[in-house]
Amino acid sequence: MSATMTVFKRELRSYFATPVAYVFIVIFLVLSSAFTFYLGNFYERGQADLMPFFTFHPWLYLFLVPAVSMRLWAEERKSGTIELLLTLPVTMWQAVVGKFLAAWAFIGIALALTFPLWITVNYLGDPDNGVIVASYIGSLLMAGAFLAIGSCISAATRNQVVAFILTVVACFVLVMAGFPLVLDAFRAWAPQGLVDAIAGLSFLTHFVSISKGLIDLRDILYFVLMIGFWLYASAIVIDLKKAD
Amino acid sequence: MIETSELGKRYGDFTAVDGITFKVEPGQVLGFLGPNGAGKSTTMKMLAGFLAPTTGSAKVCGFDVEAQPIEAKRVVGYLPEGAPSYGEMSVRQFLDFVADMRGVPAATRDKRLDDAIGRLHLEGVLEQPIDTLSKGFRRRVGLAQAIVHDPRVLILDEPTDGLDPNQKHEVRSLINAMSRDKTIIVSTHVLEEVHAVCNRAIIIARGRILADATPAELEARSRYHQAVSLTASDVGAAKEALSRVADVAAIEVDAQDGRITAFPKPGRQIFAAVNEALKAQNIVVRELALEGGRLDEVFRTITQGKAEEAIA
Repeated sequence: MSATMTVFKRELRSYFATPVAYVFIVIFLVLSSAFTFYLGNFYERGQADLMPFFTFHPWLYLFLVPAVSMRLWAEERKSGTIELLLTLPVTMWQAVVGKFLAAWAFIGIALALTFPLWITVNYLGDPDNGVIVASYIGSLLMAGAFLAIGSCISAATRNQVVAFILTVVACFVLVMAGFPLVLDAFRAWAPQGLVDAIAGLSFLTHFVSISKGLIDLRDILYFVLMIGFWLYASAIVIDLKKAD
Repeated sequence: MIETSELGKRYGDFTAVDGITFKVEPGQVLGFLGPNGAGKSTTMKMLAGFLAPTTGSAKVCGFDVEAQPIEAKRVVGYLPEGAPSYGEMSVRQFLDFVADMRGVPAATRDKRLDDAIGRLHLEGVLEQPIDTLSKGFRRRVGLAQAIVHDPRVLILDEPTDGLDPNQKHEVRSLINAMSRDKTIIVSTHVLEEVHAVCNRAIIIARGRILADATPAELEARSRYHQAVSLTASDVGAAKEALSRVADVAAIEVDAQDGRITAFPKPGRQIFAAVNEALKAQNIVVRELALEGGRLDEVFRTITQGKAEEAIA
């Protein structure tokens, strides 16, 4: 078994060794259904789809994913296990990817547990299941991007609260990147090209386009590159900061 | 085998380890001594592959820790300072995890795990979460993970810190038992440990090697080496008699318990002469002992003396 898989297994198991996992999953399920039925008007819309469910995912992830990612590296540094882990025969990249995949799989499990909604909507009507599958994929990819950012920020501090808050802020900026709230801050001084580039980084734009059922390679690539970039940054940050 | 050459580590302007060179052969147990902040842990972290050296190089069993980090880490068993471990895991899960990461082959896996568990007497706590264990047990779990793959090189950062005297004794026996075919480095600031486990000691302070010798050689540097100490009912008469012995350089009386210590002139033996002098004067001696030398005194002289020199 490769070192990445061993790290992955240990990490994923550790989520379920503490109440954190169960608290997270329950809150995720409760909030996602509450948003769907109350804010999303699931019934009143009279349409057999899961749009009201997926629309709120970026906002749900904004607070829940940092709660998962904050401990990724901050805890290893605080408890000193980072020294144990990185003196085992494992490369930095294997450790970073193994831990990231475990966190991602954990959120994937929480996401998969929303399947009763899918069954419900199929029972009530005749939804386009292709769109729903695309939306699930998009949601998972977006969660991965949130997590990768969180991984990098968690690597930079040994304080989990700091990691949580900074990750929320960073993710908020990226979610809102296509909106005036963020763009206006750049419009005043940055060239139009940069403003457009920042607008193109918006999580929301890419997620919305996937969740419409249009699986565009560019949107997928966006999230994959986002994950790759932030994980690479995590590895560099860990290397730089592990001494203190 | 461990070999370092001008190994150094700087953090900005601060030099934690300042170019140290040494070589440890299999069968040797090297004690790393030094005041807190001397650079012991930093050196060990570099040998274990956690920190990258800023200058010089280190090789473990021929593998350069920077150029071949994975190969080097594979042959090393490392107990980090404070014996960190994943608290939510049970002892068995944790050792399984380390064995997996270390790639212990399936054929010997059970044997290796049983050996590590047996040597550190962890049988009774295998299913307990590590967080619930006492400090002593946690340290032993840390030691067990360091030896689970039967490494050729062991690097142990303060292996007996936080253990009670019985546990200390057990860990020292363990190190002695494993020392025959392994290269072992142990850091400590408990000086009695050097006698108990090490056949060589390096004293470092401010990132430099100040002494590299066997424990006996270090003791021979002590002012107390070959000194004679005694307690007598008549302190004044005893002192008087001792002062007439030709090779006695100085006499000190402990203010607290009245113990008299006679120091020889360099290279001289005074035990027999002192004994005779006391007999000749009919001085009743309750106790008479030949001092081997005091490691703590040598340690202080070396680390503080050199530090003052450095300032001057």
